[in-house]
Amino acid sequence: MQTRTTAPPEAPATGIDVDAVRLHGVSKSYAPARRGAGAVVALERVSLDVREGEILAIVGPNGCGKTTLLELVCGLIEPDEGMVRAQPAALMAQRDLLLPWASAADNAALALRVGGCDRARARERAADLLRDFGLAGFERARPHELSGGMRQRVAFARTLLAGRPLLCLDEPFAALDAITRQQMQDWLAGTLRADPRTVVLVTHDVEEAIVLADRVAVLSPRPGRVVATLDVDIPRPRRRTDPELVALRARALEELGA
Amino acid sequence: MTAALVLLVILGGWEAYVDLGGIDALVLPAPSAIATSLVDDRALLWSNFTVTAREIVLGIAAALVVGLVCAVAVHLSTSARRALYPLLVTTQAIPTPMIAPLLVVWFDYDLRPKIVLVALVCFFPIVVSTIDALDRSDADLRKLMRSFGASRWQTFRLVEAPAALPGLVTGAKLSLAFGGIAAVLAEWSGSENGLGHLVLQALPEFETARACAAVVVLAAFSVAMFGALSLAERRLLPWTRSAR
Repeated sequence: MQTRTTAPPEAPATGIDVDAVRLHGVSKSYAPARRGAGAVVALERVSLDVREGEILAIVGPNGCGKTTLLELVCGLIEPDEGMVRAQPAALMAQRDLLLPWASAADNAALALRVGGCDRARARERAADLLRDFGLAGFERARPHELSGGMRQRVAFARTLLAGRPLLCLDEPFAALDAITRQQMQDWLAGTLRADPRTVVLVTHDVEEAIVLADRVAVLSPRPGRVVATLDVDIPRPRRRTDPELVALRARALEELGA
Repeated sequence: MTAALVLLVILGGWEAYVDLGGIDALVLPAPSAIATSLVDDRALLWSNFTVTAREIVLGIAAALVVGLVCAVAVHLSTSARRALYPLLVTTQAIPTPMIAPLLVVWFDYDLRPKIVLVALVCFFPIVVSTIDALDRSDADLRKLMRSFGASRWQTFRLVEAPAALPGLVTGAKLSLAFGGIAAVLAEWSGSENGLGHLVLQALPEFETARACAAVVVLAAFSVAMFGALSLAERRLLPWTRSAR
Protein backbone atom coordinates (compact mmCIF):
# COMPACT_ATOMS: atom_id res chain seq x y z
CA MET A 1 0.00 0.00 0.00
CA GLN A 2 1.46 3.33 -0.94
CA THR A 3 0.17 6.65 0.26
CA ARG A 4 0.74 10.02 -1.28
CA THR A 5 -0.74 12.99 0.46
CA THR A 6 -0.64 16.61 -0.53
CA ALA A 7 -2.57 18.88 1.83
CA PRO A 8 -5.75 16.82 2.22
CA PRO A 9 -8.86 19.02 2.50
CA GLU A 10 -9.96 16.94 5.46
CA ALA A 11 -8.09 14.07 7.01
CA PRO A 12 -9.55 10.73 5.95
CA ALA A 13 -10.66 8.34 8.65
CA THR A 14 -7.91 5.88 9.40
CA GLY A 15 -8.75 2.31 10.11
CA ILE A 16 -8.85 -1.06 8.43
CA ASP A 17 -8.66 -0.37 4.75
CA VAL A 18 -10.60 -2.66 2.43
CA ASP A 19 -10.37 -0.23 -0.42
CA ALA A 20 -7.93 -1.00 -3.21
CA VAL A 21 -8.09 2.62 -4.30
CA ARG A 22 -9.08 5.67 -2.37
CA LEU A 23 -9.15 9.14 -3.91
CA HIS A 24 -10.19 12.01 -1.71
CA GLY A 25 -10.74 15.57 -2.99
CA VAL A 26 -8.14 15.13 -5.68
CA SER A 27 -7.42 18.02 -8.04
CA LYS A 28 -4.89 18.20 -10.81
CA SER A 29 -4.15 20.89 -13.35
CA TYR A 30 -1.58 21.21 -16.09
CA ALA A 31 0.52 24.17 -17.08
CA PRO A 32 -0.99 25.99 -20.06
CA ALA A 33 0.28 24.98 -23.48
CA ARG A 34 0.83 28.62 -24.43
CA ARG A 35 1.99 31.50 -22.31
CA GLY A 36 -0.86 33.69 -21.19
CA ALA A 37 -3.43 30.92 -21.38
CA GLY A 38 -4.91 29.69 -18.12
CA ALA A 39 -3.87 26.40 -16.53
CA VAL A 40 -5.89 23.40 -17.72
CA VAL A 41 -7.79 21.90 -14.82
CA ALA A 42 -8.02 18.19 -15.57
CA LEU A 43 -9.63 17.02 -12.33
CA GLU A 44 -11.46 19.00 -9.64
CA ARG A 45 -12.04 17.60 -6.18
CA VAL A 46 -12.62 14.03 -7.25
CA SER A 47 -13.39 11.46 -4.58
CA LEU A 48 -13.65 7.80 -5.49
CA ASP A 49 -13.21 4.45 -3.76
CA VAL A 50 -12.63 1.09 -5.38
CA ARG A 51 -13.22 -1.95 -3.21
CA GLU A 52 -10.94 -4.91 -3.43
CA GLY A 53 -12.12 -7.30 -6.16
CA GLU A 54 -14.41 -4.69 -7.67
CA ILE A 55 -14.51 -3.64 -11.30
CA LEU A 56 -15.07 0.09 -11.46
CA ALA A 57 -15.66 1.75 -14.80
CA ILE A 58 -15.10 5.47 -15.20
CA VAL A 59 -16.94 6.99 -18.14
CA GLY A 60 -16.75 10.52 -19.40
CA PRO A 61 -16.31 12.56 -22.53
CA ASN A 62 -12.89 13.01 -24.11
CA GLY A 63 -10.69 15.41 -22.19
CA CYS A 64 -12.40 14.98 -18.82
CA GLY A 65 -9.23 13.82 -17.11
CA LYS A 66 -9.82 10.07 -17.23
CA THR A 67 -6.24 9.30 -18.15
CA THR A 68 -4.97 11.73 -15.52
CA LEU A 69 -7.01 9.84 -12.95
CA LEU A 70 -5.37 6.54 -13.89
CA GLU A 71 -1.90 8.06 -13.90
CA LEU A 72 -2.57 9.31 -10.37
CA VAL A 73 -3.70 5.85 -9.28
CA CYS A 74 -0.61 4.29 -10.87
CA GLY A 75 1.65 6.80 -9.14
CA LEU A 76 3.00 8.21 -12.39
CA ILE A 77 1.99 11.75 -11.41
CA GLU A 78 1.24 13.54 -8.12
CA PRO A 79 -2.00 15.37 -7.31
CA ASP A 80 -1.99 19.15 -6.78
CA GLU A 81 -4.20 18.62 -3.76
CA GLY A 82 -6.12 15.80 -2.15
CA MET A 83 -5.15 12.30 -1.24
CA VAL A 84 -4.39 9.32 -3.45
CA ARG A 85 -4.07 5.90 -1.93
CA ALA A 86 -3.77 2.88 -4.13
CA GLN A 87 -2.45 -0.63 -4.16
CA PRO A 88 0.37 -1.19 -6.65
CA ALA A 89 -1.19 -0.99 -10.09
CA ALA A 90 -0.37 -2.13 -13.61
CA LEU A 91 -1.37 0.15 -16.45
CA MET A 92 -2.72 -0.84 -19.85
CA ALA A 93 -3.06 1.97 -22.35
CA GLN A 94 -5.28 2.53 -25.35
CA ARG A 95 -2.31 2.06 -27.69
CA ASP A 96 -1.07 -1.47 -27.19
CA LEU A 97 2.54 -0.17 -26.86
CA LEU A 98 3.98 -3.51 -27.90
CA LEU A 99 7.68 -3.53 -28.77
CA PRO A 100 7.80 -4.05 -32.55
CA TRP A 101 11.06 -6.00 -32.43
CA ALA A 102 9.98 -8.47 -29.75
CA SER A 103 7.85 -11.59 -30.08
CA ALA A 104 4.37 -11.80 -28.52
CA ALA A 105 5.79 -13.86 -25.64
CA ASP A 106 8.67 -11.44 -25.03
CA ASN A 107 6.24 -8.53 -25.10
CA ALA A 108 3.93 -10.19 -22.61
CA ALA A 109 6.98 -10.96 -20.46
CA LEU A 110 8.22 -7.35 -20.35
CA ALA A 111 7.11 -6.62 -16.79
CA LEU A 112 8.55 -9.95 -15.63
CA ARG A 113 11.90 -9.03 -17.15
CA VAL A 114 11.78 -5.67 -15.38
CA GLY A 115 11.06 -7.55 -12.16
CA GLY A 116 14.30 -9.47 -12.57
CA CYS A 117 12.94 -12.75 -13.94
CA ASP A 118 15.41 -14.38 -16.35
CA ARG A 119 14.58 -14.36 -20.04
CA ALA A 120 13.76 -18.03 -20.55
CA ARG A 121 11.50 -18.34 -17.51
CA ALA A 122 9.72 -15.06 -18.26
CA ARG A 123 9.12 -16.14 -21.83
CA GLU A 124 7.78 -19.51 -20.68
CA ARG A 125 5.30 -18.00 -18.23
CA ALA A 126 4.18 -15.47 -20.82
CA ALA A 127 3.70 -18.17 -23.46
CA ASP A 128 1.56 -20.19 -21.04
CA LEU A 129 -0.72 -17.22 -20.45
CA LEU A 130 -0.90 -16.40 -24.16
CA ARG A 131 -2.08 -19.95 -24.83
CA ASP A 132 -4.82 -19.46 -22.21
CA PHE A 133 -5.75 -16.30 -24.10
CA GLY A 134 -6.29 -18.21 -27.37
CA LEU A 135 -2.97 -17.18 -28.86
CA ALA A 136 -1.42 -20.66 -29.09
CA GLY A 137 0.90 -20.74 -32.09
CA PHE A 138 1.43 -16.99 -32.01
CA GLU A 139 3.92 -16.92 -29.11
CA ARG A 140 6.79 -16.12 -31.45
CA ALA A 141 4.91 -13.79 -33.80
CA ARG A 142 5.97 -10.15 -33.94
CA PRO A 143 3.26 -7.54 -33.21
CA HIS A 144 2.86 -6.55 -36.88
CA GLU A 145 1.87 -10.13 -37.66
CA LEU A 146 -1.04 -9.98 -35.19
CA SER A 147 -4.51 -8.50 -35.56
CA GLY A 148 -5.66 -5.59 -33.42
CA GLY A 149 -7.61 -7.83 -31.06
CA MET A 150 -4.67 -10.21 -30.66
CA ARG A 151 -2.33 -7.33 -29.92
CA GLN A 152 -4.65 -6.09 -27.16
CA ARG A 153 -4.72 -9.60 -25.69
CA VAL A 154 -0.91 -9.63 -25.63
CA ALA A 155 -0.97 -6.21 -23.96
CA PHE A 156 -3.47 -7.50 -21.39
CA ALA A 157 -1.29 -10.54 -20.73
CA ARG A 158 1.65 -8.17 -20.14
CA THR A 159 -0.51 -6.18 -17.69
CA LEU A 160 -1.56 -9.30 -15.78
CA LEU A 161 2.00 -10.62 -15.61
CA ALA A 162 3.10 -7.40 -13.93
CA GLY A 163 1.71 -9.19 -10.88
CA ARG A 164 0.02 -6.14 -9.37
CA PRO A 165 -3.21 -6.53 -7.38
CA LEU A 166 -4.79 -3.63 -9.25
CA LEU A 167 -5.29 -3.29 -13.01
CA CYS A 168 -5.76 0.13 -14.58
CA LEU A 169 -7.18 -0.13 -18.09
CA ASP A 170 -7.18 3.07 -20.11
CA GLU A 171 -9.64 2.73 -23.01
CA PRO A 172 -8.14 -0.65 -23.84
CA PHE A 173 -10.36 -1.34 -26.83
CA ALA A 174 -10.94 2.14 -28.22
CA ALA A 175 -8.59 1.58 -31.14
CA LEU A 176 -10.41 -1.56 -32.31
CA ASP A 177 -13.21 -1.87 -34.85
CA ALA A 178 -16.74 -2.27 -33.47
CA ILE A 179 -17.04 -6.04 -33.93
CA THR A 180 -13.59 -6.83 -32.52
CA ARG A 181 -14.30 -4.43 -29.65
CA GLN A 182 -17.46 -6.37 -28.66
CA GLN A 183 -15.58 -9.67 -28.90
CA MET A 184 -12.78 -8.31 -26.76
CA GLN A 185 -15.24 -6.97 -24.16
CA ASP A 186 -16.87 -10.39 -23.88
CA TRP A 187 -13.45 -12.02 -23.74
CA LEU A 188 -12.29 -9.67 -20.96
CA ALA A 189 -15.52 -10.25 -19.01
CA GLY A 190 -14.90 -14.01 -19.22
CA THR A 191 -11.22 -13.69 -18.29
CA LEU A 192 -12.01 -11.55 -15.27
CA ARG A 193 -14.74 -14.00 -14.16
CA ALA A 194 -12.21 -16.83 -14.27
CA ASP A 195 -9.46 -14.78 -12.61
CA PRO A 196 -11.06 -11.97 -10.56
CA ARG A 197 -9.01 -8.79 -10.11
CA THR A 198 -9.54 -5.30 -8.88
CA VAL A 199 -9.96 -3.24 -12.02
CA VAL A 200 -10.30 0.44 -12.80
CA LEU A 201 -11.52 0.68 -16.38
CA VAL A 202 -11.56 4.05 -18.07
CA THR A 203 -13.68 4.37 -21.20
CA HIS A 204 -15.90 6.71 -23.15
CA ASP A 205 -18.01 3.76 -24.29
CA VAL A 206 -20.97 3.56 -21.88
CA GLU A 207 -22.02 0.12 -23.09
CA GLU A 208 -18.51 -1.23 -22.50
CA ALA A 209 -18.63 0.18 -18.97
CA ILE A 210 -21.95 -1.49 -18.15
CA VAL A 211 -21.10 -4.83 -19.78
CA LEU A 212 -17.89 -5.11 -17.77
CA ALA A 213 -18.20 -3.21 -14.49
CA ASP A 214 -19.75 -3.70 -11.04
CA ARG A 215 -20.06 0.06 -10.70
CA VAL A 216 -19.88 2.96 -13.11
CA ALA A 217 -18.66 6.44 -12.17
CA VAL A 218 -19.70 9.22 -14.53
CA LEU A 219 -17.30 12.14 -14.94
CA SER A 220 -18.30 15.60 -16.16
CA PRO A 221 -16.53 17.39 -19.01
CA ARG A 222 -13.39 19.33 -18.06
CA PRO A 223 -12.75 19.93 -15.27
CA GLY A 224 -13.59 16.32 -14.44
CA ARG A 225 -15.84 15.78 -11.44
CA VAL A 226 -17.78 12.71 -10.43
CA VAL A 227 -21.41 13.54 -11.24
CA ALA A 228 -22.94 10.12 -10.59
CA THR A 229 -22.12 6.55 -9.63
CA LEU A 230 -24.35 3.74 -10.84
CA ASP A 231 -24.36 0.21 -9.43
CA VAL A 232 -24.62 -2.47 -12.08
CA ASP A 233 -26.52 -5.35 -10.46
CA ILE A 234 -26.93 -7.39 -13.60
CA PRO A 235 -25.92 -11.06 -13.40
CA ARG A 236 -23.10 -12.24 -15.64
CA PRO A 237 -22.68 -13.18 -18.43
CA ARG A 238 -24.43 -10.02 -19.54
CA ARG A 239 -26.21 -9.56 -22.82
CA ARG A 240 -26.17 -6.17 -24.50
CA THR A 241 -29.87 -6.52 -25.35
CA ASP A 242 -30.88 -7.19 -21.73
CA PRO A 243 -33.62 -4.55 -20.97
CA GLU A 244 -32.04 -3.83 -17.59
CA LEU A 245 -28.69 -3.15 -19.24
CA VAL A 246 -30.31 -0.98 -21.91
CA ALA A 247 -32.14 1.04 -19.24
CA LEU A 248 -28.96 1.55 -17.24
CA ARG A 249 -27.14 2.60 -20.37
CA ALA A 250 -29.80 5.23 -21.03
CA ARG A 251 -29.42 6.52 -17.47
CA ALA A 252 -25.67 6.75 -17.75
CA LEU A 253 -25.95 8.60 -21.05
CA GLU A 254 -28.42 10.98 -19.42
CA GLU A 255 -25.93 11.66 -16.62
CA LEU A 256 -23.31 12.35 -19.27
CA GLY A 257 -25.65 14.90 -20.78
CA ALA A 258 -25.83 13.10 -24.10
CA MET B 1 16.42 -1.65 -63.16
CA THR B 2 15.38 2.00 -63.34
CA ALA B 3 18.74 2.99 -61.88
CA ALA B 4 20.54 1.04 -64.62
CA LEU B 5 18.45 2.78 -67.28
CA VAL B 6 19.16 6.22 -65.85
CA LEU B 7 22.87 5.38 -65.66
CA LEU B 8 22.81 4.21 -69.30
CA VAL B 9 21.20 7.46 -70.47
CA ILE B 10 23.72 9.55 -68.52
CA LEU B 11 26.69 7.55 -69.90
CA GLY B 12 25.32 7.80 -73.44
CA GLY B 13 24.89 11.56 -73.13
CA TRP B 14 28.37 11.89 -71.65
CA GLU B 15 29.96 9.84 -74.45
CA ALA B 16 28.14 11.87 -77.11
CA TYR B 17 29.12 15.15 -75.41
CA VAL B 18 32.83 14.22 -75.38
CA ASP B 19 32.81 12.80 -78.94
CA LEU B 20 30.73 15.46 -80.67
CA GLY B 21 31.73 18.46 -78.55
CA GLY B 22 35.45 17.94 -79.17
CA ILE B 23 36.22 17.91 -75.45
CA ASP B 24 39.90 17.36 -74.59
CA ALA B 25 40.28 13.85 -73.13
CA LEU B 26 42.63 15.32 -70.52
CA VAL B 27 39.80 17.46 -69.15
CA LEU B 28 36.99 14.91 -69.39
CA PRO B 29 37.61 11.42 -70.71
CA ALA B 30 34.75 9.57 -72.39
CA PRO B 31 33.11 6.70 -70.48
CA SER B 32 34.56 4.27 -73.01
CA ALA B 33 38.09 5.51 -72.22
CA ILE B 34 37.41 5.07 -68.48
CA ALA B 35 36.09 1.57 -69.13
CA THR B 36 39.26 0.74 -71.07
CA SER B 37 41.35 1.99 -68.17
CA LEU B 38 39.28 -0.09 -65.73
CA VAL B 39 40.25 -3.20 -67.70
CA ASP B 40 43.87 -2.29 -68.56
CA ASP B 41 44.79 -1.00 -65.11
CA ARG B 42 42.83 -3.58 -63.13
CA ALA B 43 45.82 -4.91 -61.20
CA LEU B 44 46.92 -1.40 -60.21
CA LEU B 45 43.37 -0.37 -59.33
CA TRP B 46 42.77 -3.49 -57.28
CA SER B 47 45.93 -3.23 -55.18
CA ASN B 48 45.19 0.41 -54.38
CA PHE B 49 41.51 -0.33 -53.81
CA THR B 50 42.28 -2.86 -51.06
CA VAL B 51 44.23 -0.16 -49.21
CA THR B 52 41.50 2.46 -49.44
CA ALA B 53 38.74 -0.05 -48.66
CA ARG B 54 40.56 -1.04 -45.48
CA GLU B 55 40.90 2.64 -44.48
CA ILE B 56 37.18 3.21 -45.02
CA VAL B 57 35.96 0.05 -43.29
CA LEU B 58 38.24 0.38 -40.26
CA GLY B 59 37.53 4.11 -40.04
CA ILE B 60 33.78 3.59 -40.06
CA ALA B 61 34.10 0.74 -37.57
CA ALA B 62 36.02 3.02 -35.20
CA ALA B 63 33.43 5.77 -35.75
CA LEU B 64 30.63 3.30 -34.92
CA VAL B 65 32.24 2.27 -31.64
CA VAL B 66 33.12 5.79 -30.46
CA GLY B 67 29.88 7.24 -31.85
CA LEU B 68 27.76 4.67 -30.05
CA VAL B 69 29.49 5.31 -26.72
CA CYS B 70 29.11 9.09 -27.11
CA ALA B 71 25.45 8.82 -28.17
CA VAL B 72 24.56 6.67 -25.16
CA ALA B 73 26.43 9.01 -22.81
CA VAL B 74 24.70 12.09 -24.23
CA HIS B 75 21.32 10.36 -24.06
CA LEU B 76 21.64 9.09 -20.52
CA SER B 77 23.37 12.04 -18.89
CA THR B 78 22.29 15.66 -19.06
CA SER B 79 25.75 16.85 -18.11
CA ALA B 80 27.30 14.73 -20.86
CA ARG B 81 24.82 16.31 -23.26
CA ARG B 82 25.83 19.80 -22.17
CA ALA B 83 29.54 19.02 -22.23
CA LEU B 84 29.82 16.83 -25.33
CA TYR B 85 27.24 18.01 -27.83
CA PRO B 86 28.76 21.44 -28.61
CA LEU B 87 32.16 19.78 -28.85
CA LEU B 88 30.82 17.23 -31.32
CA VAL B 89 29.52 19.98 -33.57
CA THR B 90 32.83 21.86 -33.27
CA THR B 91 34.83 18.88 -34.54
CA GLN B 92 32.78 19.03 -37.73
CA ALA B 93 33.42 22.73 -38.24
CA ILE B 94 37.19 22.16 -38.67
CA PRO B 95 37.97 21.69 -42.39
CA THR B 96 39.32 18.19 -43.02
CA PRO B 97 42.35 19.38 -45.08
CA MET B 98 43.54 21.27 -41.99
CA ILE B 99 43.55 18.21 -39.77
CA ALA B 100 44.92 15.76 -42.32
CA PRO B 101 48.57 16.97 -42.35
CA LEU B 102 48.57 17.13 -38.56
CA LEU B 103 47.42 13.52 -38.42
CA VAL B 104 50.26 12.54 -40.75
CA VAL B 105 52.70 14.23 -38.38
CA TRP B 106 51.22 12.39 -35.42
CA PHE B 107 50.60 8.99 -36.94
CA ASP B 108 53.10 8.69 -39.77
CA TYR B 109 52.39 7.73 -43.38
CA ASP B 110 50.73 4.38 -42.83
CA LEU B 111 47.07 3.42 -42.44
CA ARG B 112 46.55 5.10 -39.08
CA PRO B 113 46.10 8.78 -40.07
CA LYS B 114 43.63 7.71 -42.78
CA ILE B 115 41.59 5.60 -40.38
CA VAL B 116 41.53 8.44 -37.85
CA LEU B 117 40.39 10.96 -40.46
CA VAL B 118 37.69 8.68 -41.86
CA ALA B 119 36.52 8.02 -38.29
CA LEU B 120 36.50 11.76 -37.49
CA VAL B 121 34.34 12.54 -40.51
CA CYS B 122 31.99 9.54 -40.15
CA PHE B 123 31.59 9.84 -36.42
CA PHE B 124 29.27 12.85 -36.60
CA PRO B 125 26.38 11.46 -38.69
CA ILE B 126 26.47 8.30 -36.57
CA VAL B 127 26.33 10.17 -33.26
CA VAL B 128 23.63 12.61 -34.33
CA SER B 129 21.28 10.07 -35.88
CA THR B 130 21.73 7.71 -32.91
CA ILE B 131 21.09 10.43 -30.33
CA ASP B 132 18.01 11.56 -32.23
CA ALA B 133 16.69 8.00 -32.44
CA LEU B 134 17.28 7.48 -28.72
CA ASP B 135 15.60 10.76 -27.82
CA ARG B 136 12.62 10.08 -30.06
CA SER B 137 11.69 6.77 -28.44
CA ASP B 138 8.04 6.58 -27.42
CA ALA B 139 7.19 8.63 -24.30
CA ASP B 140 4.17 6.39 -23.55
CA LEU B 141 6.44 3.36 -23.61
CA ARG B 142 8.79 5.01 -21.13
CA LYS B 143 5.76 5.73 -18.94
CA LEU B 144 4.67 2.11 -19.19
CA MET B 145 8.15 0.98 -18.14
CA ARG B 146 7.98 3.37 -15.20
CA SER B 147 4.62 1.89 -14.16
CA PHE B 148 6.37 -1.52 -14.11
CA GLY B 149 8.97 -0.04 -11.77
CA ALA B 150 11.75 -0.19 -14.36
CA SER B 151 15.08 1.48 -13.63
CA ARG B 152 16.57 4.01 -16.03
CA TRP B 153 18.99 1.37 -17.26
CA GLN B 154 16.25 -1.23 -17.80
CA THR B 155 14.21 1.23 -19.83
CA PHE B 156 17.29 1.98 -21.88
CA ARG B 157 18.21 -1.66 -22.44
CA LEU B 158 14.74 -3.07 -23.09
CA VAL B 159 13.07 -0.18 -24.91
CA GLU B 160 15.25 2.72 -26.01
CA ALA B 161 18.32 0.89 -27.33
CA PRO B 162 16.45 -1.50 -29.66
CA ALA B 163 14.26 1.38 -30.84
CA ALA B 164 17.39 3.37 -31.76
CA LEU B 165 19.05 0.65 -33.85
CA PRO B 166 17.51 1.88 -37.12
CA GLY B 167 18.93 5.33 -36.33
CA LEU B 168 22.37 3.81 -35.92
CA VAL B 169 22.04 2.12 -39.32
CA THR B 170 20.97 5.41 -40.92
CA GLY B 171 24.07 7.03 -39.45
CA ALA B 172 26.24 4.24 -40.83
CA LYS B 173 24.66 4.67 -44.28
CA LEU B 174 25.38 8.40 -44.25
CA SER B 175 28.92 7.79 -43.09
CA LEU B 176 29.55 5.55 -46.12
CA ALA B 177 29.03 8.56 -48.36
CA PHE B 178 31.47 10.71 -46.38
CA GLY B 179 33.96 7.92 -45.67
CA GLY B 180 35.17 7.61 -49.26
CA ILE B 181 35.80 11.33 -49.60
CA ALA B 182 37.58 11.42 -46.25
CA ALA B 183 39.86 8.53 -47.23
CA VAL B 184 40.82 10.23 -50.48
CA LEU B 185 41.50 13.54 -48.71
CA ALA B 186 43.62 11.74 -46.13
CA GLU B 187 45.64 10.05 -48.88
CA TRP B 188 46.20 13.39 -50.60
CA SER B 189 47.82 14.67 -47.43
CA GLY B 190 50.52 12.04 -47.56
CA SER B 191 50.43 8.43 -48.67
CA GLU B 192 52.24 5.82 -50.71
CA ASN B 193 49.22 3.96 -52.02
CA GLY B 194 45.42 3.92 -52.18
CA LEU B 195 42.91 5.13 -54.75
CA GLY B 196 43.31 8.76 -53.70
CA HIS B 197 47.07 8.42 -54.13
CA LEU B 198 46.46 6.88 -57.55
CA VAL B 199 44.33 9.87 -58.61
CA LEU B 200 46.97 12.29 -57.37
CA GLN B 201 49.64 10.49 -59.42
CA ALA B 202 47.56 9.99 -62.55
CA LEU B 203 46.60 13.63 -63.04
CA PRO B 204 50.11 15.11 -63.59
CA GLU B 205 50.87 12.15 -65.87
CA PHE B 206 47.89 13.13 -68.06
CA GLU B 207 46.21 9.81 -67.25
CA THR B 208 42.83 11.39 -66.58
CA ALA B 209 40.98 8.23 -67.59
CA ARG B 210 42.87 6.26 -64.94
CA ALA B 211 42.02 8.88 -62.29
CA CYS B 212 38.37 8.60 -63.27
CA ALA B 213 38.58 4.81 -63.17
CA ALA B 214 39.84 5.07 -59.57
CA VAL B 215 36.85 7.25 -58.71
CA VAL B 216 34.50 4.74 -60.37
CA VAL B 217 35.97 1.94 -58.25
CA LEU B 218 35.53 4.02 -55.10
CA ALA B 219 31.91 4.85 -56.01
CA ALA B 220 31.14 1.22 -56.78
CA PHE B 221 32.52 0.24 -53.39
CA SER B 222 30.29 2.80 -51.63
CA VAL B 223 27.23 1.58 -53.52
CA ALA B 224 28.04 -2.05 -52.69
CA MET B 225 28.53 -1.26 -49.00
CA PHE B 226 25.31 0.74 -48.96
CA GLY B 227 23.48 -2.21 -50.51
CA ALA B 228 25.00 -4.60 -47.99
CA LEU B 229 23.90 -2.36 -45.11
CA SER B 230 20.36 -2.10 -46.48
CA LEU B 231 20.23 -5.87 -46.81
CA ALA B 232 21.53 -6.35 -43.27
CA GLU B 233 18.93 -3.85 -42.04
CA ARG B 234 16.10 -5.78 -43.68
CA ARG B 235 17.41 -9.06 -42.28
CA LEU B 236 18.31 -7.98 -38.77
CA LEU B 237 15.73 -5.23 -38.16
CA PRO B 238 12.71 -6.57 -40.08
CA TRP B 239 10.25 -4.56 -38.00
CA THR B 240 11.47 -1.25 -39.44
CA ARG B 241 10.22 -2.29 -42.86
CA SER B 242 6.80 -3.45 -41.76
CA ALA B 243 6.27 -0.34 -39.65
CA ARG B 244 6.42 1.87 -42.72
